[in-house]
Amino acid sequence: MANKIDIKEFVPSEAPPRYSARDFDGDVDPKRDDFDEGLTLPDINTTPMFINIGPTHPATHGTFRVYAQLDGETVEKAGVDVGYLHRGFEKIVEIKQYNQIIPYTDRLNYCSGLTNNVAFCKAVERMMGIEVPPRTIAIRVIIMEIQRIMDHMICCGTNIVDIGALTNFWYFYNARDKLNDVLEALTGARLTYTYTRVGGLAWDLPDGWRENVKAAIKEIPSAIKDVRGLVAKNRIFQDRTRGVGQISGENAINFGWTGPCLRASGVDLDLRKVRPYYGYEDLEFDIPIGSNGDVYDRIIVRIEEMHESLKIIHQMIDRVPDGPINVDDKRVTLPPKQKVHTSMEALINHFKLVIDGVQPPPGRIYDATETPNGELGFYIISDGSGHPYRIKVRPPCFYTMNALKFLVEGGMVADIVAILGGLNVIAGELDR
Amino acid sequence: MATQETPKHDALVAELKNRFGAKILDVDRSYDDCTLIVDKAGIHDVLAFLKNEHRFDLLLDIAGVDCMNLPKFRERFEVVYMLYSIGDDVRVRLEVPISELDLDVPTATDLWKSANWAEREAFEMFGFNFVGHPCLKRLLTHHEFVGHPLRKDYPIMGGQWCATTSDMTEELNEPR
Amino acid sequence: MGVRNSGYLVGIETKNETGLITTRLDEIVRWGRKNSLWPLPFGTACCAIEFMGVVSSKFDISRFGAELVRFSPRQSDMILVAGTINYKLAPVLKKIYDQIAEPKYVISMGACACSGGFYDNYATVQGIDQIIPVDVFIPGCPPRPEAILHAVMKLQERIDKEPVPKRGVHRRHEVVEKFRDS
Repeated sequence: MANKIDIKEFVPSEAPPRYSARDFDGDVDPKRDDFDEGLTLPDINTTPMFINIGPTHPATHGTFRVYAQLDGETVEKAGVDVGYLHRGFEKIVEIKQYNQIIPYTDRLNYCSGLTNNVAFCKAVERMMGIEVPPRTIAIRVIIMEIQRIMDHMICCGTNIVDIGALTNFWYFYNARDKLNDVLEALTGARLTYTYTRVGGLAWDLPDGWRENVKAAIKEIPSAIKDVRGLVAKNRIFQDRTRGVGQISGENAINFGWTGPCLRASGVDLDLRKVRPYYGYEDLEFDIPIGSNGDVYDRIIVRIEEMHESLKIIHQMIDRVPDGPINVDDKRVTLPPKQKVHTSMEALINHFKLVIDGVQPPPGRIYDATETPNGELGFYIISDGSGHPYRIKVRPPCFYTMNALKFLVEGGMVADIVAILGGLNVIAGELDR
Repeated sequence: MATQETPKHDALVAELKNRFGAKILDVDRSYDDCTLIVDKAGIHDVLAFLKNEHRFDLLLDIAGVDCMNLPKFRERFEVVYMLYSIGDDVRVRLEVPISELDLDVPTATDLWKSANWAEREAFEMFGFNFVGHPCLKRLLTHHEFVGHPLRKDYPIMGGQWCATTSDMTEELNEPR
Repeated sequence: MGVRNSGYLVGIETKNETGLITTRLDEIVRWGRKNSLWPLPFGTACCAIEFMGVVSSKFDISRFGAELVRFSPRQSDMILVAGTINYKLAPVLKKIYDQIAEPKYVISMGACACSGGFYDNYATVQGIDQIIPVDVFIPGCPPRPEAILHAVMKLQERIDKEPVPKRGVHRRHEVVEKFRDS
């Protein structure tokens, strides 16, 4: 017969009381003494954790690295490491001619390559004192606005994907592909167009291109409406984006921000309105301005800018004047082939333009254009030869990325991802 | 760009010349821009004056230039500041000649925070030493890189292999 | 998969007239590998945007089984290097390549990854085959999405030809070298 064992021997006399689910009525008060034998939450010994986000990471769009010191989920300190796509743009353009530099400018902000092409050609043309013909101006405005829509689609699409809503990316991407078909019919390439030349464009519009554009932009408002309907009033989206990554207008200006990120903070600065070029002063469009400067405002500002770009395209697409597309200036434009084969001067002109290239007079210039990301500036120093002496690119996302440390510290890890998406950092432009 | 700026430029140039006298070495008004060539000793005062008195609140860019192969130059290097005033819609460019024997330049990070990375890049590409910068380290090239690539005597094909990934404690502890 | 010499029953199949399909283990393994290539898109530059276009519904890469992009080297078997690799990123690429488990395949997409592109200067590695062995090169700047699909198909053909290594042989490339001319 087994001994009877008294279970009371095994129960310590001062066992901690067991809580049942009924006792909990909300948050556990960390200062309750009996919660963990007298320990309060601040006493618990934690060490900071260092994590590396990037350079290869699904949520960083482009290669850069954010090195964060975390305490739980809060980011105490952060450091940003860029330069993983530094390709030496500014060194290699010193041995190329101006027209040969245009493909390099394509790959700066590769989501909107045509805008960079136009910005560069505008700077060189201003340096040479050339006025491009009105047909070229109209076509350049149309393609810049189409690229603005495409760039904002990628930015908003990837930003919303990182927050967790995947469907919107496909809506935006399919709409973007229709616009890409239109540009492919015009230039022959899908991403790196290289369509402008100093003094005009590479070739004229194909037949029926304007009707194609009209058909393509009919589908854009419905895609924007779908995405906006899905996210703008969604509770989860609002919780993740409102108040996150907030920056005031003065701070943004101090950090050198331009473009939609600055406009989301409430500052009214758009080069198309302040210093109009290419006939923007005659077009009717508005500039959306945000109020809080957080991630939500940046996304909504970009979505509204897409609508404004559609307005501009609608106005310009029927007003493209006829005429030549290259300026009639023998310093920049190749002469027509019939003349090259028959006349000696044209042959020599052609030869000099191909071998020596376009030669701006010696001097320095800084010219800026409003790209979808902000103000893209080119500081060009010419010494009179066909190769530029120095080109400095003023990339808009270099300065938005500069402020990332300021925006991210104090927030949570998941907010880093939301903030990075909203800044639209394109590594090609950031690192050149 | 816009020629309605020209009277503003005239007034600004006159005031700067009045105030700083010999520090403004030259003025260049080509292409409707306003460029002032400023001596290195007075650059910080000129920048502070422009920011505080004339509301040039946006520092667009800081560029470095190696003037070695130009036909005519003052000193071998130059630092170029591009400023913009949003309220008055005025742009100004300041060029500072720097001799290669004395590469110390006063930093602009106490005036504009956008100068932080712009100066880091100018340091790594040309070798300027921005005195007072919170974290003057390489930005775009890797941490084992030796030399300053955009100088005219750096060979264009001079690639340098990197075998390790960098430690980021300095950037981490940089003040906000 | 299936019996190579079609129409004739060989070996174990002669025992069973209803046609029990036998095959060599190699072929099943190869069939599995080539139809479920999970890519790790090591996208740096413009080619990554074209890769996003391939993954989208217009040029569908999931028809080839390569839909699930896994950004972790432990969960993928193919690394698709899309974009320029410069000297700063080279040690990172090597580390990630080393972390992928065998069998692993490398597709080098775009002119910059194949040979440095037109950035022949101090900053760019002139081709990733200086760092890691490459299976398929895709030229183009950027390559069209159809070119990427063609490359995936070429990789599948290549997987079809290689022998599945026996236990104990760890380096697939040593085995490939051994059988290169056969």
